[in-house]
Amino acid sequence: MNLFQKAKTFRGGIHPGEAKELSENSVFETMPNPAAILIPLQHSAGKAAKPLVKKGDDVKCGQLIAEPDGFISAPIHSPVSGKVTKITPAATVGGFPKDTILITPAETNEYDFMETLNPDKVTPAEIKERVKQAGIVGKGGAAFPTYVKLSPPEDKKIDVIILNGCECEPYLTRDYRFMIERTNEVVSGLQLIMKAIGVDKGSIGIEDNKPGAIAKLKEAVKFIPNITVDVVKTKYPQGAEKMLIKAVTNREVPPGKLPMDVGVVIQNIGTAIAVHDAVVKGEPEITAALTVSGKGINQPKNLIVRVGTPLSDVIEYCGGVNEYVEKVVVGGPMMGVAQFDFSAPIQKATSGLLVLTEDEINAHEETPCLKCGMCVDVCPLGLEPTKLARLSKLDRLEEAEKLDITVCMECGTCTYTCPANIPLVQWIRLGKQRVMTMQRERKSA
Amino acid sequence: MEPTLLIAIATMGGLGFLFAGSLAIADKKLRVVENPLIAKVNDVLPGANCGGCGKAGCYDFAVNVVEGKSPVNGCPVGGEETSRAIAEIMGVEAGDSVKMLPRILCRGGNSEAVKKMVNYYGPLSCSAMHLVSGGDKMCYYGCLGGGDCIEACPFDAMFMNADGLPEVIEELCTGCGNCVKACLRDVIEMHPEDRNVFVFCKNHDDPKTSKDVCSVACLGCGICARKSGGGVEMDNYLAVINYDKLDESTIPFDKCRTNAIGHLREINERETIN
Repeated sequence: MNLFQKAKTFRGGIHPGEAKELSENSVFETMPNPAAILIPLQHSAGKAAKPLVKKGDDVKCGQLIAEPDGFISAPIHSPVSGKVTKITPAATVGGFPKDTILITPAETNEYDFMETLNPDKVTPAEIKERVKQAGIVGKGGAAFPTYVKLSPPEDKKIDVIILNGCECEPYLTRDYRFMIERTNEVVSGLQLIMKAIGVDKGSIGIEDNKPGAIAKLKEAVKFIPNITVDVVKTKYPQGAEKMLIKAVTNREVPPGKLPMDVGVVIQNIGTAIAVHDAVVKGEPEITAALTVSGKGINQPKNLIVRVGTPLSDVIEYCGGVNEYVEKVVVGGPMMGVAQFDFSAPIQKATSGLLVLTEDEINAHEETPCLKCGMCVDVCPLGLEPTKLARLSKLDRLEEAEKLDITVCMECGTCTYTCPANIPLVQWIRLGKQRVMTMQRERKSA
Repeated sequence: MEPTLLIAIATMGGLGFLFAGSLAIADKKLRVVENPLIAKVNDVLPGANCGGCGKAGCYDFAVNVVEGKSPVNGCPVGGEETSRAIAEIMGVEAGDSVKMLPRILCRGGNSEAVKKMVNYYGPLSCSAMHLVSGGDKMCYYGCLGGGDCIEACPFDAMFMNADGLPEVIEELCTGCGNCVKACLRDVIEMHPEDRNVFVFCKNHDDPKTSKDVCSVACLGCGICARKSGGGVEMDNYLAVINYDKLDESTIPFDKCRTNAIGHLREINERETIN
């Protein structure tokens, strides 16, 4: 090995405290059925699904209860056997009430899964169809329907599939546990995705702070020459798709373009597991794996829960919260959403539930900008956060648009670094939304 | 004299004549004749460039008036005096212009609206607050209390009262309507100055939910609409006034359990009587 070779990575980024030790050694536990299941009709990016059941209907575990509406939309299956009690707007982890199907689970589960397929004989078309029917959505955070990503347009030539095992968000250990406990399924899922798109090169990108997972995966792909395990530097946001593509393939995704424009399709470890389960076991997307962590929860755990389990049930199952709790976040601490209503349910793409104490959150007074430029140094996309935030604050949208405000992926690196505690990413997020509204109006005008 | 000096004088002088000549020709050929009325109208306008008339600024409005595209009483800021002055310049009748004032149709301040279990840290702006789970009030229709309207007011005619709701200082307000545009939740509306009956709520939730989220919300019971003969219409659990058909005497104001429908001015007196 070349001693002078630097670990693969990207420009910028930060090193937040990892805090993964709280949950990294706890084996996945399957949580029992809760007393009530709430399934929002919107689990993915795009349009909400259309319900197929009505009040009083009996449903089986795995039964289709909502069909997709349009191309970018995913079907929803019942995660338990039981009775539909009503369909009504209810709280979601996104913060806004959305139409939700309420199901009271029965004592025992009756399964209604799809037929199993042989992973060696299955055809690409069959895999895509199965992924679509199973309602699989990306587990990386944006919850984009996976089959859309598996069907790139004809003119886009894909030559490599990257599995994202970086898990660069602090606290979260879901993907790590998947790689340790279900190593072969991860590889099998990747092979199925490669087969579906017709690509013979695969790569698994892992940050170098997960030696256990790296060793296990290297062992598993020892005799599979077309899959490599790429060790990348531990840095936030290494797990953002553009950053990982840069680190693994040294290709840069231009602003406003997608990974498929540079010949890459990138999927999360959790998505690979879901694809494997859908094809080999015939199981639709009815469970979510997540990390419950933070210093405010009594027993940090990695859990497999039914989609639609209320947050309060999950917290209770993990021994409840202690007296120091200050903030509850769904997702990772950098990009997650703070919660106020714990009746909101776990969704398909929920990756973590963090109960944070006062010393884990940042609630300092904002002071004037020092013009130190630290946010510019760390921005992985090479933007100027301080300038964009200011333009957004002053409502100078045209200028912000020229400085590529819409390219921002809202990773929060700038706000984390800012010594003046300016809510940079919050202002940029606001400006980005306004600029996008402006662009839409311009288009329709 | 030095020959170099002569050359320099000749060159500079020659260039000077050349440019002066071309400027003189350009002045004749490219002259833009502006209607002198525009400058006159522009002089009597307030010059605040607030955009309340819907034009880019006072000069743009003046151009539009002279071209007959805008009415002479189109400047809401200047009021009657300005309208008369413009009418005199244009040689037409001014007509009556009714002063329009913004009305804040939400009374769910910090003590009335039910708050979520949250402390909001972040930019103090309604749109930023709305992005985070729709603000810190349980009501998704009411005033967020972030002060975007106050920020938008070019005349300092608005302030945040102790209850966390914006208020309009009518003496300073010119009716430019910037606050209406700034309001994310469409809580502010422009109404004629003398209009006194309003529904002070925008909540479309069903009766039970709206009762839970705010003590002054319109519950959607429909008592006010029942005998109003179309003066009040129910739109998805919210009473909406149709001012063309409104007859105040048909509306049982004291039957409204939350005082959501009522008068702008006497409502405080009525509360003390009850």
